[in-house]
Amino acid sequence: MLSIIANKKRRNPAGSLFLVAALFSVSLLSSVTAVSAQELGWPEKEELKFGFIKLTDMAPLAVAYEKGYFEDEGLYVTLEAQANWKVLLDRVIDGQLDGAHMLAGQPLGATIGYGTQSHIVTAFSMDLNGNGITVSNDVWAEMKKAIPHEDGKPVHPIKADYLKPVVDNYKEAGKPFKMGMVFPVSTHNYELRYWLAAGGVHPGYYAPHKGDTSGQIDAQALLSVTPPPQMPATLEAGTINGYCVGEPWNQQAVFKDIGVPVITDYEIWKNNPEKVFGVSSQWAEENPNTHIRVVKAMIRAAMWLDANNNANRPEAVKMLAKSSYVGADEEVIANSMTGTFEYEKGDKRDIPDFNVFFRHNATYPYYSDAIWYLTQMRRWGQISEPKSDNWYLDTAKNVYRPDIYTKAAQALIKDGLAKASDFPDFASETGFKPPQTEFIDNVTFDGTKPNGYLEQFSIGLKGDTVL
Amino acid sequence: MSKSVQAVSQIGQLDGKSRITSLVSMLPKLLMPLVGILLFLAVWNGVSKSIDTSLGQFPGPAQVWQQSIVLVNEHNAQRDKAAAFYERQEVRNAQRVAQDESYVPKIREFTGAPTFFDQIWTSLYTVMVGFFIASIIAVPAGILCGLSKSAYAAMNPLIQIFKPVSPLAWLPLVTMVVSALYVSNDPVFSKSFITSAVTVSLCCLWPTLVNTAVGVSNIDADLVNVSKVLRLTPLKHVQKIVLPASIPMIFTGLRLSLGIGWMVLIAAEMLAQNPGLGKFVWDEFQNGSSESLARIMVAVITIGIIGFMLDRLMLAVQRFASWDKNAVLR
Repeated sequence: MLSIIANKKRRNPAGSLFLVAALFSVSLLSSVTAVSAQELGWPEKEELKFGFIKLTDMAPLAVAYEKGYFEDEGLYVTLEAQANWKVLLDRVIDGQLDGAHMLAGQPLGATIGYGTQSHIVTAFSMDLNGNGITVSNDVWAEMKKAIPHEDGKPVHPIKADYLKPVVDNYKEAGKPFKMGMVFPVSTHNYELRYWLAAGGVHPGYYAPHKGDTSGQIDAQALLSVTPPPQMPATLEAGTINGYCVGEPWNQQAVFKDIGVPVITDYEIWKNNPEKVFGVSSQWAEENPNTHIRVVKAMIRAAMWLDANNNANRPEAVKMLAKSSYVGADEEVIANSMTGTFEYEKGDKRDIPDFNVFFRHNATYPYYSDAIWYLTQMRRWGQISEPKSDNWYLDTAKNVYRPDIYTKAAQALIKDGLAKASDFPDFASETGFKPPQTEFIDNVTFDGTKPNGYLEQFSIGLKGDTVL
Repeated sequence: MSKSVQAVSQIGQLDGKSRITSLVSMLPKLLMPLVGILLFLAVWNGVSKSIDTSLGQFPGPAQVWQQSIVLVNEHNAQRDKAAAFYERQEVRNAQRVAQDESYVPKIREFTGAPTFFDQIWTSLYTVMVGFFIASIIAVPAGILCGLSKSAYAAMNPLIQIFKPVSPLAWLPLVTMVVSALYVSNDPVFSKSFITSAVTVSLCCLWPTLVNTAVGVSNIDADLVNVSKVLRLTPLKHVQKIVLPASIPMIFTGLRLSLGIGWMVLIAAEMLAQNPGLGKFVWDEFQNGSSESLARIMVAVITIGIIGFMLDRLMLAVQRFASWDKNAVLR
């Protein structure tokens, strides 16, 4: 509407005929999306390129593309697989990508300047859970001896307490015990560290102020970075003894018979936030309407993925198995996407919430989620100096943008594509989940008291400690 | 008179005989490649059955053939999707114009993933551009080196040092330099394309340069003397004497260059994730599906066949351009 009026000023009197004609045709053609289009404003940028890593949790992007949700918003999106998380982040920063499927820690890490410094924001959380920790067959054989069994099957969740003797043996034999994770600020790094530390295995500290970014100070288990799709091959080659990665790369290890997943992140922290959709803050400022429309399309995709008790998941699996998306075999992807998870070969168990895309408000960017990641960065020394509780909150607010999410959700409600009950109550939502208790070590996380939370751990930096 | 007629008829008889004998001698020439290929397929088939990888059995000829058909089907399916995409876009553009007449409708290119055949085309295009850039630098530089001993002495150390450098060592530098220098809001070529093309150029400069220099410096002394007697200007000397005389060597260099360029390109695409056949191979490797190895094998064979065809193409051009039609070229 605005643009039509603006144009009128420039036009000669004859042009007003045009205007009348235009208004008339608007009233004829106005469909549901057209109305919202004008309220939201047209997208500033219509041709977009988004990056992703070959993991099943890129599904909202694939679904929004294949189901035409992006096109419904007037967006022409190209999806492009990236080599690794660093390349992906760098390309978002230098503008080659308009946005990307990111690790939740990436926008936070980049904004506070751990690694490449650049202000990245997120208005959409892509999923909950979806990761697992896999160890090599040899390590599993050792661990299994001590694990209690029920009906001939190991009792889950398996704590790292059972891994500790194996790590000690390696140490006595003078061999390093190595594990892979996907990126220094990845969920996987923090989950693996959380699990190891909860079982008494020290995963090592970072000390960026001393130029040490290996994360192996005082470590009993040496963690290093390997891109997700290369995890199984690296484990097979014996370069690492285990890894923490997203799907389908844990199930791939089972299928290829090269390792055994011992625990899922769902069991480490129930319904933990996983990937986010990140864009540079400059892009977000320049393209506010486009940003809201992208989030709209992705919310619809997430709803489709979780609709009717995962009824659409088999179709999603077919989509993801295409070589341009995840490309792994359908049965491997289906193993975890359809609500089950296979630990040892043949030991398939139901975990309906292993991949959550929409329910439990999975897509809402909670400040408390951001703060949890920041506490872990502090715990392992990536944030080397002590920070106040306010600093945690301010940083979270600087990166997580529920305001944009809210606009997108309200537009969807207005379009009749979603119900208000699908979302948190925006009027009263504070952005903080109530204190969460479902961690493997039974420690309670209250997002409003990050420093108090860190005090509860025996392994990890806290308070005024500086390495 | 009669003698000469006899002689002619004898020649005729000889001709008939030699035709048959040449046919017989041609037979193994035609047959042996076929035997070679069949033998290779048999050995491949046999060996592949006994190699079990973590991605399943190593693909034999049958699986590879099957995957090549799948790739063709995927390409066709993608073309259909593209057609539907353009149709939807036109409808959407029309709607938008109706609501917002200041809008200038625009047809955007299909946003779907490139197919195997799209990737082949990208690679061919890239290698040709890289090769062309290298050639227009290498041939003049080579002529200069061949004509002047001092120019050669000056350039020789550089040639010797840079000639053996692997493309993969150049790649990070080229990538960074291209992203720093090639800044444009509406680029005609994508950065990845420029990076690949420049890397190819850097690696296929050298064979052309060296061979041109050798060809030019070895021109028959008689030809040079003719030029001196005629008092040709330096430009005419190059045009009339040097170029024609060194064409065979220049083309030997160009053929080597194109071969190297093709190999380099695949490696560069794999490492830099630039669109093309190399990326196709890498993506399939990353996918790790049970069909991945067969699809990679299709790509390997395709890369080989295209490399072979490029070489034949250069050979044909060389035959056409060379003055010495009797020279044996292979």
